[in-house]
Amino acid sequence: MPQERVVLKHCGIIDPGDIETYLARGGFQALQKAQEEMVPQEIVAAVKASGLRGRGGAGFSCGLKWELARGAPGEEKFIIVNADESEMGTFKDRFLLQQDPFTLIEGMAIAARAIGATQAYIYLRAEYHRLLPGLDRALDQVRAKGFLGGLPITVFEGAGAYICGEESALMESIEGRRGEPRLRPPFPTTSGLWGRPTVIHNVETLMNLPAILNRGPAWFHGLGTAESAGTKVFSISGDVARPDVYELVLGSTLRELVMDLAGAERVQAVQVGGAGGRLLPAKRLDTPLCFEAVLGSGGVVVFNETRDMVEVVFRSVSFLAEESCGQCTPCREGTEVLLEVLERMVREDGAAGDLDTLQILAGVLADASLCGLGQSTAVLLRDALAYFRADFENRIAQAVYLRGLPAQRPA
Amino acid sequence: MERTPSSPTDIDRGRERLVDLIREALEQAGPAAPPDLPGLARSLKLPLSEIFGVASFYAFLGVKPRGRHTIRICRSLPCHLAEARGVRERLEKMLGIEPGQTTADGRFTLEVVNCIGACDQAPAMLVDHELHGRLTIRKIARILKSYL
Repeated sequence: MPQERVVLKHCGIIDPGDIETYLARGGFQALQKAQEEMVPQEIVAAVKASGLRGRGGAGFSCGLKWELARGAPGEEKFIIVNADESEMGTFKDRFLLQQDPFTLIEGMAIAARAIGATQAYIYLRAEYHRLLPGLDRALDQVRAKGFLGGLPITVFEGAGAYICGEESALMESIEGRRGEPRLRPPFPTTSGLWGRPTVIHNVETLMNLPAILNRGPAWFHGLGTAESAGTKVFSISGDVARPDVYELVLGSTLRELVMDLAGAERVQAVQVGGAGGRLLPAKRLDTPLCFEAVLGSGGVVVFNETRDMVEVVFRSVSFLAEESCGQCTPCREGTEVLLEVLERMVREDGAAGDLDTLQILAGVLADASLCGLGQSTAVLLRDALAYFRADFENRIAQAVYLRGLPAQRPA
Repeated sequence: MERTPSSPTDIDRGRERLVDLIREALEQAGPAAPPDLPGLARSLKLPLSEIFGVASFYAFLGVKPRGRHTIRICRSLPCHLAEARGVRERLEKMLGIEPGQTTADGRFTLEVVNCIGACDQAPAMLVDHELHGRLTIRKIARILKSYL
C-alpha cells in the first residue's frame, strides 16, 4: 500500500515559524468550517463516521470519546494534547511539532469546539524543552489571527517520566503530583483533570482532524482497513539505512516500512511500539500495520542478524523497570525480578527454570498491573518466549554446561 | 480520593505549578546547595514529604544539588545499537565521574537516561536542553568545551 501524506501533508513545505505559509496551503479552513458551518454535534458525528482512532497506542475511537465527554455533565471541560511521547524508539511527535505546529493547533481547536472544552493543555515532555519556543510562537500567531476565540491554552512542561504519557498519570502530573496512573473507572471523559470531563489525544491523532473536515469522513474512512481508517506516522531507527519518519496507509506491511522505506537488511527482529510493544521475528515481516494486527505508538526499532536477542529483551525490560512508577506491586516488584533473571542470563549465568519464571511473571503482570506499563511488559515477554525461545534456551544451556565443568586447577 | 468537585470554583489548583516551582528551586540552588524544598513546602502549605515525593519522582527534578550543566546520555536500544556505550565510557573518563555524580568543580552532572526521542540521530545526549546527536568519541571533547 502506498505512502500517503495526511498528517505529514505540510511537513517540510511550510515554514513552521510563519503562519502565512500554512494559510497559503489552506490552513485553518477546516477550523473555520467547524466554527461557522457546523454545530458541535455535527463535528462529533463527522469524526465518528471517519473511523478515526487514537494514534498514541491504545486506539480508542475518537468520536466515541468525544461523545462521552460532550455528554458528561459539567460547566468546565478540558482538552489535553499528549506530547509526552517517550516510548523507546518513538520520535514522530517531535518531528511533527518541529515541522508543523499549526496543523496540531488547528486540530486541537476543532476538538475543543466539538466537546465544548473551556481550557486546553499541551503536555510537552521535558526532553523536548527546545521545541517550546517554536510552539509558543505558533500559538501566538494563531491567537493573533483570532482563530482560537477565547480558548485558553497552557503549555505544561513535563519533568522526565515515561509513565506520564499514560493519560491518567499525565493528569496527575498537571495537578502537581507524582505521575501515578489512576484506577478506572471513572474514565477521563467523565472525571479527568481536577475531576472534570477531559479528552486527551496524542499529537498525531489531532493532526488528522483538519483533513477529515476538509476532505470528508467518507474519504478518510476509505483509507486503510475495515477497523483502521487513515494513515499512521512511524519513526524507525536501529539497524536501518534510513532512520526517519514515514507515513503509511494503515494496513501496509511491516516489510514495506522496514525494508522498502528504511532500507534494512538481514533483519532478525523488529520491535513495534517500543519496549512494551511487540517484538516480531523477520518471518513476520508481512504482518499488516493496523489495529487488527500490530500497531502501537509508531516507534519501530530494527535489529539485524548480529544482535543478541536476549540482550534486546533485557534492555527493554530494564527500560520498563526503571520507568515503573512504583505504585502497584506487580509492576514495581515484577519488573525488578524479571530484570534480575534476565541480567543473569545475559552474563551467562542462567539456570534451568528461568524461562518458567519469565512465563509466570508475564501472567502476573498481565493480570494484576494497574496500567499499561506492567501489562505491556507481559506482551514483550510473551513475544520473546514465542519467537526467540531458542536464544534463551541456548543461553541457559551454555551456562549450565559451563558451571558443570570441573574447576580448573591452578597452573 | 474525592475527584468530583461540583462547581468550577471549588477546584483547588494550588499544586498546579508544583512541578515548575521545584524546577525553579533547583535552578536557583545551583551546584553548591540542595533546592530549598522546605521553603517551598512552607509557602505552599504542603507537607515536606509531598514535595520530596514529587521532586524525587521525576528525572528532571530531584532533591540533590546539581552541577551547572546536566548531561543526559541516552542508553535505550536505538542509541545502544549505535555504540552509545563507548561514548558514555569516554564521557565518564573525561569528566572523572560516574553516572549520578557531579564533577568536583560543579560544572557537570552526568546522568544515563532512557529514550530522549532522538533515535534518528543515535547515539544522542542532551546537555541541559540542547540536543547533541550522532555522537562520536572524538566529538565529546569539543562539546564539553562549549559548556563553561
